[in-house]
Amino acid sequence: MDCCGGMDEHDETCTEVKVKEGIDAGTVAAAKRLESENYSAGFVTDIEMEFAPKGLSESTVRFISAKKGEPEWLLEWRLDAYRRWLTMEEPVWARVNYPKIDYQAFYYYAAPKNAAKYKSIDEVPKEILDTYAKLGIPLREAEVLLGVEGAAETAATAREKPRIAVDAVFDSVSVATTFREELKKAGVIFMSISEAVHEYPDLVRKYLGTVVPATDNYFATLNTAVFSDGTFVYVPKGVRCPMELSTYFRMNAESTGQFERTLIIADEGAYVSYLEGCTAPMRDENQLHAAVVELVALDDAEIKYSTVQNWWPGDEDGKGGIYNFVTKRGDCRGARSKISWTQVETGSAITWKYPSCVLRGDDSVGEFYSIAVTNGRQQADTGTKMIHLGKRTKSRIISKGISAGKSDNTYRGLVSIHKKAEGARNFTQCDSLLIGDKCGAHTVPYIENRRADAQLEHEATTTKLSEDQLFYVRQRGIGEEQAVALLVNGFVRDVLQELPMEFAVEAQKLLEVSLEGSVG
Amino acid sequence: MLKIENLTATVGEGEDAKTILNGLSLAVPTGEVHAIMGPNGAGKSTLSYVLTGREGYAVTGGSATLNGADILALEPEARAAAGLFLSFQYPVEIPGVPVMTFVRTAMNAQRKARGETEISAPDFIKKSREIAKVLSLDPEMLKRPVNVGFSGGEKKRLEIYQMMMLEPRFMVLDETDSGLDIDALRTVAEGVNALRAPDRGMLVITHYQRLLDYIKPDKVHVLAKGRIIKTGGPELAHRLEAEGYDGVLAEAV
Ligand SMILES: Nc1ncnc2c1ncn2[C@@H]1O[C@H](COP(=O)(O)OP(=O)(O)OP(=O)(O)O)[C@@H](O)[C@H]1O
Ligand SMILES: [Mg+2]
Repeated sequence: MDCCGGMDEHDETCTEVKVKEGIDAGTVAAAKRLESENYSAGFVTDIEMEFAPKGLSESTVRFISAKKGEPEWLLEWRLDAYRRWLTMEEPVWARVNYPKIDYQAFYYYAAPKNAAKYKSIDEVPKEILDTYAKLGIPLREAEVLLGVEGAAETAATAREKPRIAVDAVFDSVSVATTFREELKKAGVIFMSISEAVHEYPDLVRKYLGTVVPATDNYFATLNTAVFSDGTFVYVPKGVRCPMELSTYFRMNAESTGQFERTLIIADEGAYVSYLEGCTAPMRDENQLHAAVVELVALDDAEIKYSTVQNWWPGDEDGKGGIYNFVTKRGDCRGARSKISWTQVETGSAITWKYPSCVLRGDDSVGEFYSIAVTNGRQQADTGTKMIHLGKRTKSRIISKGISAGKSDNTYRGLVSIHKKAEGARNFTQCDSLLIGDKCGAHTVPYIENRRADAQLEHEATTTKLSEDQLFYVRQRGIGEEQAVALLVNGFVRDVLQELPMEFAVEAQKLLEVSLEGSVG
Repeated sequence: MLKIENLTATVGEGEDAKTILNGLSLAVPTGEVHAIMGPNGAGKSTLSYVLTGREGYAVTGGSATLNGADILALEPEARAAAGLFLSFQYPVEIPGVPVMTFVRTAMNAQRKARGETEISAPDFIKKSREIAKVLSLDPEMLKRPVNVGFSGGEKKRLEIYQMMMLEPRFMVLDETDSGLDIDALRTVAEGVNALRAPDRGMLVITHYQRLLDYIKPDKVHVLAKGRIIKTGGPELAHRLEAEGYDGVLAEAV
């Protein structure tokens, strides 16, 4: 229960704001437009799938491991985790409410038939290529280079079109990874974790589970037992990764959980920027997504990890949507290393996520920039943990929470300064914006400080989207929804600036869509 | 022409509703500039809000038309697209939204609503530069978030910058002179005068004759108790400056 456990005891520091009088009589209708036509990623791909038997047991774990032809040590690791998970209890401290999850009701493995056999992009079925193209993610390198579709299109506003390598994960398997060869020339390993287990077993074994141990927390332990696929990145000493790397997660099959595992290692002096995107079809059942992401930065290395999460949030009545229970942690293992998390969370019915940094190396730096938007009946409990172990370690937290409709948005954060963290510094800024009078914003900052010389700054604000601002903007000729989007964009500007250019454009659009119908 | 007839309006809801405008009639022919003066709390700003469609103000009677079209039924943004502009008595801060982004978004939204094409970035920047120069605005200021950290006078100048950029057909200036230093008053007035045209109208709300030395009105109205109680030429402003409102108020009874 290390991930965020224990923070619940300090809930009294929670500054709760429920605003009564409102600008929008129409919050009831608010979430309406959130539905269907506005969630453009909500389609289903019709393709023949192969499933593990429904439910979870030791044999499910063995099934997944066998599917991937895993070595014995990995199977053992999974089984240990599974047995441990059976003894654990689902955490309840987060400010989220949902009916008890029936873990036997999911498929733990779903893959397009023959997925394991795709040797090149030409073998990937058209339905899947079309799926990603529709989502704006071109998987054919030539298309990326020509800027035919998607990612390049959103970047069209930028002068030069940056190239992005993509690992496309479809339900439980990686179906394609682009620019692998070119990256390999630079020494960068970029492939699905299932492949890495076979091709680079030593590297995987050396780092897997060292940042988020198998015993970490309920969901991470579950992930360890049943993780299906994910991305593996290794950037060797002194290498600056020549392009942005990304993984695009797509949940497609019904009643399926997605349990991906990402492992990124930046060796001494290396640099990598990695992007993660996610969507799922609209379904009226709840689907579980429990990922684990581990980052390791050695001496002088830097990892920039950006997420744009747009899982299906459920409909206006709160039916369906993804339960997003994710454990993300970066280990600044080396001196002067740096890890930055930037996240834009607009989707999911429930988000439970605390990307954290363990600042182990002296002079290492951790950053967390977050925009979390909730509308309709969404619930988000998200934040970060900055664990200062090394000398002169620095961390910076900027969180922007936006609540609309009947949603609930909580920032939960921990800054922990350990005994040896001489001269550690943290700056935290948590701003909440409320749109309407039926939503909630909560801030739960928690500080553990064992050093008198630590410098800790904390700022928190909660504001309501004001009628004055809205009228001022509309008087200039800007329609109500665009006015809200403009004001919200202003509110999150300092975080948007942290995103890679092409993602910032994407994120801006997403914000607009997520907040459509949020005012009467 | 802006034509207001027998307008009554309340502020507040239900039991708390309070009548502020009470049978107000006023006509500003296209091409003219009219001034409105009146005691504090008379309802001058209320009139500007009712005309531009602010929430919380309910029209309970009468009408207001701009060039023959009923504006009271329109959403605020549609009124703006129809050419109605308000220079706010208290301009609002918009954190994180740079002035140029804001004005360009507004301009394009208005153009779109009117079925016109968007302004190109170079044209916009060129126009912005010229207007900033006329108003002696530091171009750096236009990169800052709208009104955030601006001084009182700077905010007022920024209102006029927006007005000159958007080139409205009818503008309401609510106490644009308050907070301006002597030099700024002159520059702002020059900007406003540059917008005077046969196809535009203007309603200038002010407490002081001083502004009217620069922006010469065709007519001056006195608003009190929610109505126009007196209308005259520019000399009426001089009389008010000298005597205060007691005289005109007494006559009106
Ligand atoms: N939201 C409101 N709730 C209650 N009363 C209001 C509200 N808004 C305005 N009023 C009242 O309406 C009256 C007219 O206000 P308004 O702002 O229009 O006056 P004004 O003529 O512009 O005054 P000033 O010269 O001081 O700017 C005042 O008595 C004011 O207190
Ligand atoms: Mg006023």
